[in-house]
Amino acid sequence: MTDWLAPSDWQALILSLKVASLATLASLPFGIWIAWILARKSFPGHDILNGLVHLPLILPPVATGYLLLIAFGKHGWAGAFLHEHFGIVLAFRWTGAALAGAVMAFPLLVRAIRLAFEAVDPGLEAAAATLGAGRMTVFFSVSLPLALPGVLAGAVMGFAKAMGEFGATITFVANIPGQTQTLPTAIYTALAVPGGETQAARLVGISVLFAMLALILSEMLARRLAARIRGRR
Amino acid sequence: MIEVDLAHDFPGFALRVGFAAPSGITALFGPSGSGKSSVALALAGLLRPNRAVIRLGGRVLQDETTFLPPQARRIGVVFQDHRLFPHLTVKQNLDYARRFGTARGGAPLAEVADLLGLSALLDRGTADLSGGERARVAIGRALMSDPAALILDEPFAALDAPRRAEILPYLETLRDRYGLPMLLISHALGEVARLARTLVVLQAGKVAAFGRAEALLSDPSLVQIFGTGEAGALIAAVVGARAADGLTEVTTAGGPVFLAGALPVQGSAIRLRIRAQDVMLAVGQIGGISALNLLTAEVEALAPEGEAGMIVVLRLGEERLLARVTRRSADALGLAPGLRVQAILKTVALAGG
Repeated sequence: MTDWLAPSDWQALILSLKVASLATLASLPFGIWIAWILARKSFPGHDILNGLVHLPLILPPVATGYLLLIAFGKHGWAGAFLHEHFGIVLAFRWTGAALAGAVMAFPLLVRAIRLAFEAVDPGLEAAAATLGAGRMTVFFSVSLPLALPGVLAGAVMGFAKAMGEFGATITFVANIPGQTQTLPTAIYTALAVPGGETQAARLVGISVLFAMLALILSEMLARRLAARIRGRR
Repeated sequence: MIEVDLAHDFPGFALRVGFAAPSGITALFGPSGSGKSSVALALAGLLRPNRAVIRLGGRVLQDETTFLPPQARRIGVVFQDHRLFPHLTVKQNLDYARRFGTARGGAPLAEVADLLGLSALLDRGTADLSGGERARVAIGRALMSDPAALILDEPFAALDAPRRAEILPYLETLRDRYGLPMLLISHALGEVARLARTLVVLQAGKVAAFGRAEALLSDPSLVQIFGTGEAGALIAAVVGARAADGLTEVTTAGGPVFLAGALPVQGSAIRLRIRAQDVMLAVGQIGGISALNLLTAEVEALAPEGEAGMIVVLRLGEERLLARVTRRSADALGLAPGLRVQAILKTVALAGG
């Protein structure tokens, strides 16, 4: 395997997995929260929140990357704050790639989870409340378990999107081999080099393989969860 | 004691309901769309009425300044669609409620499971339970949360006749075992008559009548709301001896009545439900008739009903019986207040103790 993949390919693959994992794990709790609000609450500004969540889906990724650079760059308002108080630098780091991936994946993640929450019968939540369960308990013991297949689907979608993110990533964190070069940017680089087609083909192959693995795994898990939730026997 | 006084305006429908339900079972009876379920939701805290004062045993659940959320009300609800948690087993459903109930000293799981016949179902999932089993699990779950009152929202609506018959004795045990105020939301008069001591009759969002079940069920002015086919009185009776031919003699204020089938032990006080349409009237002595159940009564009042019908209110001592006859027969018999008649009962149903 090691001679089949060049060290730089390995680097790109592992970095991509790291970036996508961090992006998914870090955005999941927030995504669940936003999805819950969008699914269950009505308040002024509901449509604006929905629009903001979906913005990265509609905006050119390069524009999103540029906005991230403005906000989270070393001199951006958020970037300066993070650097000053926590010593965190995101721009041109792999963590920045994770942020870019998370932002780009967020609409897909939230959408899937929101649909799952909307499919949960509010009557069950009401029943739990009449039994004495407070809001948090109802959420963690009824709503979230019943929405779990959708949460999983959302996480897998988000992971896949974060793994394949290109435009925002290259704008925000550039394309530094070993630091910020993920699979898509590595493919882009390989194609730009004369004779790089074989390397590009290998990387594309890896991408296809991982995408398929993730999809099959999530399908299997979701089916098992859904069967359990539809009714325990 | 559940005290309710609420007002809520739905688009095109105004709900104005006030009553005080004592302990035991109070039935909230009315046709669909009369606002019964909204009252139940408001009591449980799942609907916030425009104005309401709701007290449970002196505890304020809602008034001008207070609105307790459902989880703080201690009102158990058995929903019409049962709402069992699909991702949990029967036992886990009960345990879920116990988490909140034990803090307040709820009934032990084994006792509730035994009472409702759930012991054999505990490890089952909820998906393949029958309708009757689901209803029982829902009742058990509500009990496990140690409620201060129980609301049963149309517990029979989703069940066929055999399943209803299966649930009724459990509810009677529940009523007799725990001193809980229970509110039975229903539009099935048979079950209401069998279970409830107090009746709140709702019509178009307002209380049309409120009082003891016996009094309201023999009120001729309510026959139309109850439905002419179902309306009928409840009378008290005492179980007597069972004869060799299988019939048991039951003593009422109007004389003996003979019933077949299983009855409570001799000496038990029971209630009989006699539908108005199952009562025929005769003047003078009658002979050569197959009907066994003849009661002597006095006509108290007459009320026209429908196009050609007449509801006759009969007195049996302190109690009342309703009979539905045609206006033509009423005229032919010369029915008038004070006249003594024989009431021939075609069907008599046991309405519980």
